[in-house]
Amino acid sequence: MASESELNAGIEDGVRRRDFINIAAVSFAGVGSVAVVLPLLNQMNPSADVLALSTTEIDISAIQPGQAIKTSWRKQPVFVRNLVAKEIAEAKAVPLGDLRDPETIDQRTKPGKENWLITLGVCTHLGCVPLGAAEGENKGDFGGYFCPCHGSHYDTAARIRKGPAPKNLVVPPYEFNSDTVVTIG
Amino acid sequence: MSFPWAKPYEPTHPLMKWMDEKLPIPRLVYNATGPGYPVPRNLNYFWNFGVLAGAALMIQIITGIVLAMHYAANASVAFNSVEHIMRDVNAGWFIRYAHMNGASMFFIVVYLHIFRGLYYGSYKAPREMVWLLGVVIFLLMMATAFMGYVLPWGQMSFWGAQVITGFFSAIPIVGEPVREWLLGGFVPDNATLNRFFSLHYLLPFVILGVIILHIWALHIPGSSNPTGIEVKDEQDTVPFHPYYTAKDGFGVGVFLLIFVALTFFSPNTLGHADNYIPANSLSTPAHIVPEWYFLPFYAILKAFTFNFLWIDAKLWGVIAMFASIALLFFLPWLDSSPIKSSNYRPLYRIFFWILVADVLLLGWCGMQPAEQPWVILSQLGAIYYFAHFLVILPIVSRIERPLPMPNSITEAVLAKHATDVKSASATA
Repeated sequence: MASESELNAGIEDGVRRRDFINIAAVSFAGVGSVAVVLPLLNQMNPSADVLALSTTEIDISAIQPGQAIKTSWRKQPVFVRNLVAKEIAEAKAVPLGDLRDPETIDQRTKPGKENWLITLGVCTHLGCVPLGAAEGENKGDFGGYFCPCHGSHYDTAARIRKGPAPKNLVVPPYEFNSDTVVTIG
Repeated sequence: MSFPWAKPYEPTHPLMKWMDEKLPIPRLVYNATGPGYPVPRNLNYFWNFGVLAGAALMIQIITGIVLAMHYAANASVAFNSVEHIMRDVNAGWFIRYAHMNGASMFFIVVYLHIFRGLYYGSYKAPREMVWLLGVVIFLLMMATAFMGYVLPWGQMSFWGAQVITGFFSAIPIVGEPVREWLLGGFVPDNATLNRFFSLHYLLPFVILGVIILHIWALHIPGSSNPTGIEVKDEQDTVPFHPYYTAKDGFGVGVFLLIFVALTFFSPNTLGHADNYIPANSLSTPAHIVPEWYFLPFYAILKAFTFNFLWIDAKLWGVIAMFASIALLFFLPWLDSSPIKSSNYRPLYRIFFWILVADVLLLGWCGMQPAEQPWVILSQLGAIYYFAHFLVILPIVSRIERPLPMPNSITEAVLAKHATDVKSASATA
């Protein structure tokens, strides 16, 4: 048993040896616990094999003007739409101030390829697949896409116009390898 | 704790005496649910629902453990393993249907239990902690039920997981990384299914733990009762056993009758046909709806279709939906009336029934597509729901004049008995 005088050794700087040991031990255990918790939380993030599916090549040569196809990237649906001139004109006619998420069609397509509208088919509200990519589906009030889950309407540039979704359909990163082949991712 | 007149536990058999010294579990049971726990003598059948909820949880745990012996939590085989349970496993169809409908029965009795608490003011002092723990149990139940619904990996499972994890993407900046962390990918997939199975197996035992705390907190002041008047002396109470073990036993019998009728004769009525289609990440069902017990909250989520102030519609919907449940944590302090039972609160009683109608309306709207008139009805329903708790309740509890109250539970019981005798002799 330490005597009172031993416990108070070095007390002149206001810190007893036992206080120091206490703080050091608790800090060490705290840092150690965080170091253990981090991998336990991080294991839930997407694993290497999930991340490895991150590029997809698609052939767009068969898509006629006015048509769209549904494909997938990282297991998410992707819409590739060949816009007709009227749809592009409609998208350009909308004043940016009327948009919830203001973006021009030029910002959402590649230069010189503005008829190719490539977006994720994932509603930015809660992630349903909107209708409008296939023949005969409901395209909503603005001629683009319509999400049946909670009623979001997208226009011909896949921009949100009405309903609960906060953002335009996401344009994934992609490049034209040639006039007919696109790499997404 | 208990009342001073509680019957003490006095084991006579040498074995029970030996046990009492080493590990006094029989003493604990005797004092918690036996003759050693005095309970108000006037409890009505609405006081059965706590025990019924406990019975429903036990049914879910037992059927769930058995199902886990046959189910495979892998996205490529999960759907088929459920079909294997339905077609090949001995009595598998019965065990799965019991588990499916058991979840619905659990929510039915819990909703009745919650509305019992709202009507009779069971959330008020000195039982605030009982109520708070109850709301925690309710939240855990919702999480467990949601993850369980994902396991069969049908279309509704998949899109339910997509939509519900989508709630988290509404959080500014960190939302999308949080969602990917929850899913373990960019869409619900094998990683999601595996972790949901793990948590779906874990959470019921967490619920069981919180239920023990709920009962512990309840047994400190003792049960409330339909008059809302606290127990004053011994003649206000009867021992839990045999009086309420018998009454609860009868209630469990009625509960089981309804449960087996649903399971055997109408097992898919409360489910969705779309969930018998295997999950497809490229096609959303035309009309997605959650299980019936989430519908009122789903309607509140869908009610927000416009941006308001600087917050967008999506985040508003998610905030409102979580707030509609979180609000219940503040209930003991929003209602400042010292009178517990609505039997003596003429004004609150009216608003209580309007709230019941409002929740039913929201539930109905939750089922409907996102079109008029359902959108405007959900908006009105959601506004009323919040107004009930945040405006009406605080005002009513200040201005209301309660009806005259009896002096004790016994007086209330005997007065009722006297009028019953009088009306019986008048008709005779």
